[in-house]
Amino acid sequence: MPQKRVVLRNCGVIDPRRIASYLDRDGFKALAKAQREMTPEEVVGEIKASGLRGRGGAGFPCGLKWDGARKAAGNEKYVICNADEGEVGTFKDRYILERDPFSLVEAMAIAGYAIGAKTGYIYLRAEYHRFLDLLKETINQVNQSGFLDDFDIEVREGAGAYICGEESALMDSIEGKRGESRYRPPFPTTAGLWQRPTIINNVETLMNIPQIILKGASWFNQIGTEESKGTKVFSVSGDVQKPGVYELVMGSHLRELVEELALAEDIKLIQVGGATGRIVPYEMIDTPLDFESILGAGAVMVCDKSRDVIDIVCRTMEFLTEESCGKCTPCRQGTEVMLEILERFYRGEGLEKDIRDLEDLSRVMMLSSLCGLGQAAPNAVTDSLQYFRDAYESRIAGNEGGVKV
Amino acid sequence: MSQQGISTRHQGREDLVVLLKEAQSKFGYIPEEVIAGLAETLHIPVNDVYGVASFYSFLDTKPLGRNVIRVCKSLPCYLKHSQLIIESVAREIGIKPGETTADGRFSFQLTNCIGACDGAPAMMINDEVHVDLTPEKIARLLKSYK
Repeated sequence: MPQKRVVLRNCGVIDPRRIASYLDRDGFKALAKAQREMTPEEVVGEIKASGLRGRGGAGFPCGLKWDGARKAAGNEKYVICNADEGEVGTFKDRYILERDPFSLVEAMAIAGYAIGAKTGYIYLRAEYHRFLDLLKETINQVNQSGFLDDFDIEVREGAGAYICGEESALMDSIEGKRGESRYRPPFPTTAGLWQRPTIINNVETLMNIPQIILKGASWFNQIGTEESKGTKVFSVSGDVQKPGVYELVMGSHLRELVEELALAEDIKLIQVGGATGRIVPYEMIDTPLDFESILGAGAVMVCDKSRDVIDIVCRTMEFLTEESCGKCTPCRQGTEVMLEILERFYRGEGLEKDIRDLEDLSRVMMLSSLCGLGQAAPNAVTDSLQYFRDAYESRIAGNEGGVKV
Repeated sequence: MSQQGISTRHQGREDLVVLLKEAQSKFGYIPEEVIAGLAETLHIPVNDVYGVASFYSFLDTKPLGRNVIRVCKSLPCYLKHSQLIIESVAREIGIKPGETTADGRFSFQLTNCIGACDGAPAMMINDEVHVDLTPEKIARLLKSYK
């Protein structure tokens, strides 16, 4: 399936510092249409009908989230844009923020109208501090042009924590606390920021909103597959000749992205979805990229045949161990124990029982961790055990090849 | 008031992270007096303020150098030989990751993914991102930070 620019349609086309260039591209027509021609209920209905699902990794239906917050009791509600892009290998939101911040602000204003919120927050990761001035200038220009009369947007900066990309940890961080995941229910749509109804959407999810409102749900839901409507923006890195950001129609094959566009060769495996993502062996390169198969937040990291799969899994687990917030035991302890075992394999000192322990631990973490980090932390381990079991078995101490290969 | 010039326009718990960041950029770290002062002004326990200050990787409770180098060690950079970059930086400024130079010019840290994987290997110096690094580039680059 082809490349298609929906989310990125203005990137490289408009001047992100001049609202006039955005207005020339139908800027704020969607907001005007929503406010003048549609009720909040109709706006939510349109998003529901579009089939848009969250682009931050979880894939939750956006319209359902909005509907929940719209119907929730209370006068004080919030819209949050999750710009805490911290997943390993993801940089698409950075690409969007620096090229088309106007669409994002317009989308947030539409969301505010739809759920009845007067305040929005953009939670920007500390590593993206350099975009703070641009975002503030964008909000300022939009405000001065009279498009934010009923809606205030504030940019809140993170302070360096992967876990704050997780929605409940993000809200705790805005509240001035350690970014630790919350128990759910209650869900943010009824008790989110300061226990008030809140929607949190990823940057890329929001970028779709203005066009869905302008062109209609029936335009949007013709793009993509049964369960995955629209396009997806991918961040491609690793062993490729052309790393970068690519937008493809949902359901496009992994091969098209990594071999045809990013020009990868001699592929051994591809990690899709970052540290909490899946490991796809080359034999499965014709897997479609959509919610039905694999997707995550769209991080696509390619490893060629010179790479050592145990090394890759080790680095992945090292990241998760460092970034676990520490609130729940399965994640805090599980990632540490896994790393210890994996490093043993890396040194060629694996034990017979280690593989079984990894599998047992994976099950426990998936079942009992508090949030997505711990639940998905074992993915690289279980996938590599499934597709590259030899790499482990050959490095059990005493076995032939019990050294780094 | 022991906050040493940290803005007092914010008054609520929700501004704790914002205020700690202000302190970090003003002093290069978060001094104990600031932690105690914020606890008093915001009416939250000292250990709670410390808990937040020590949670985030861009907040430090020990003094840092004037320039903070953060070399990315996550997988996309690792695949592009971030180890060589780490070694070059160490050689160039004579300290290991986790340390600060005696003259206070540089602190050297390793960090997780900074979202510059299309330019791996990458690092941040203060708020700036430097991409497509090579050992040769490092020396030249570091000279521009005084």
